[in-house]
Amino acid sequence: MATETDTHGETAGHAADAVQGAADTAHGAADAAHGAADAAHGAAESVGMPQLDFSTFPNQIFWLVVTLVVIYLILTKVALPRIASVLSERQGTITNDIAAAEELKLKALEAEDAYNQALADARAEAHKIVAEAKADIQADLDVAIGKADAEIAAKAAESEAAIGEIRAGALDSVRTVAKDVAKDVIAAMGGKADAKTVNAAVTAQMKG
Amino acid sequence: MATEESGGLVFHPMDQFVVKPLFGDGPVYWYTPTNVTLWMFLSVLAISLLLVVGTRGRAIVPNRVQSIAELAYGFVYKMVEDVAGKDGVRYFPYIMTLFMFIVFSNFLGLLPMSFTTTSHVAVTAILAMAVFLTVTILGFVLNGVGFLNIFWIRQAPLILRPILALIEIISYFVRPVSHSVRLAGNMMAGHAVIKVFAAFAAILAISPFAIVAITAMYALEVLVSFIQAYVFAILTCVYLKDALHPHH
Repeated sequence: MATETDTHGETAGHAADAVQGAADTAHGAADAAHGAADAAHGAAESVGMPQLDFSTFPNQIFWLVVTLVVIYLILTKVALPRIASVLSERQGTITNDIAAAEELKLKALEAEDAYNQALADARAEAHKIVAEAKADIQADLDVAIGKADAEIAAKAAESEAAIGEIRAGALDSVRTVAKDVAKDVIAAMGGKADAKTVNAAVTAQMKG
Repeated sequence: MATEESGGLVFHPMDQFVVKPLFGDGPVYWYTPTNVTLWMFLSVLAISLLLVVGTRGRAIVPNRVQSIAELAYGFVYKMVEDVAGKDGVRYFPYIMTLFMFIVFSNFLGLLPMSFTTTSHVAVTAILAMAVFLTVTILGFVLNGVGFLNIFWIRQAPLILRPILALIEIISYFVRPVSHSVRLAGNMMAGHAVIKVFAAFAAILAISPFAIVAITAMYALEVLVSFIQAYVFAILTCVYLKDALHPHH
């Protein structure tokens, strides 16, 4: 190596060393770099390594700067704003969709609540109707019972009156019979008594 | 010479990195359209296809391409937010630009016969220097002299602080170097190794091994392409965080 690079001058020696250094650090493929450096001597007459041919540097730097500026302009003017807007738009859509889903869920819950409420209302209504019907029937029943009671009472009073009448009639008959019997008894005994006195005595006796 | 030594084998693993004019064979001036121009343009085209054409439907329910675009957006956005903090989000387009450019350059570089722009130190150094300068200037603009607090670690004992400050300052200035060489080195070494194995595939006896090795390396490179872009972007976020919040 060393003698070879000497014949090629300082630049070439420099070149070979640099190739070796770069290759060592990068890949550890020292053998390959040896080959590369050797071959470079053979291939290019003036330069050991194209990377260190300083005559091409201005060219590379110029085109690199042009390229970077062009890429930068393309990215900042078109590509990046567009991708950013697409990404944020997608984020917005996702957020909206989630919000809409949340809303629909709430609506569903509301509907369920309303349904339950309606069910409870209907149940309460049914209870009320049943209670009302019961009350109506009870009232009717009470009225009917009252009427029947009154009728029964009237009938009983009537019967009582009839019985009283009969009893009074019987009492009168007893009185008349008693007076007659008393008169007859007195007459049979040979007593003399006027009717008025006998009647009063019998009446007094009967009261006592 | 390697070419002769390996017995008729043709090793040109570094040829893929040569910058040459697209038209003709003249010298490469700063404005000459070269293969660098072509592949950088293709990465711009691929980014536009993914992020602009892919999202033109603006669909609420995205198709595949739009999904990938949104995934890339979300990935970088979340990275910036997590690492650099809420106020780092202002610099999200800047980091997105870096990440998309690197990831597409890396992946386009994996196409056979392609040119990997990010395998050149010139390119990655400019990217890293841009990050370094932006972060440094931003740090001083936002915090004034307070930005120097990142070198003065208050949690450490007082005696250790000057030593730590020295280490911090050195590591701060090494940042752009490691930042750029990491990316360029990874891309270059992997591609060169694939080319070396490809040359071995010409020998019948070891060609099955070589082809398997190429396949394995290619798979590794796919991984490395993404990881390096990710590492570059996340380190940018970390540096940005230093500028926004210099107090540890």
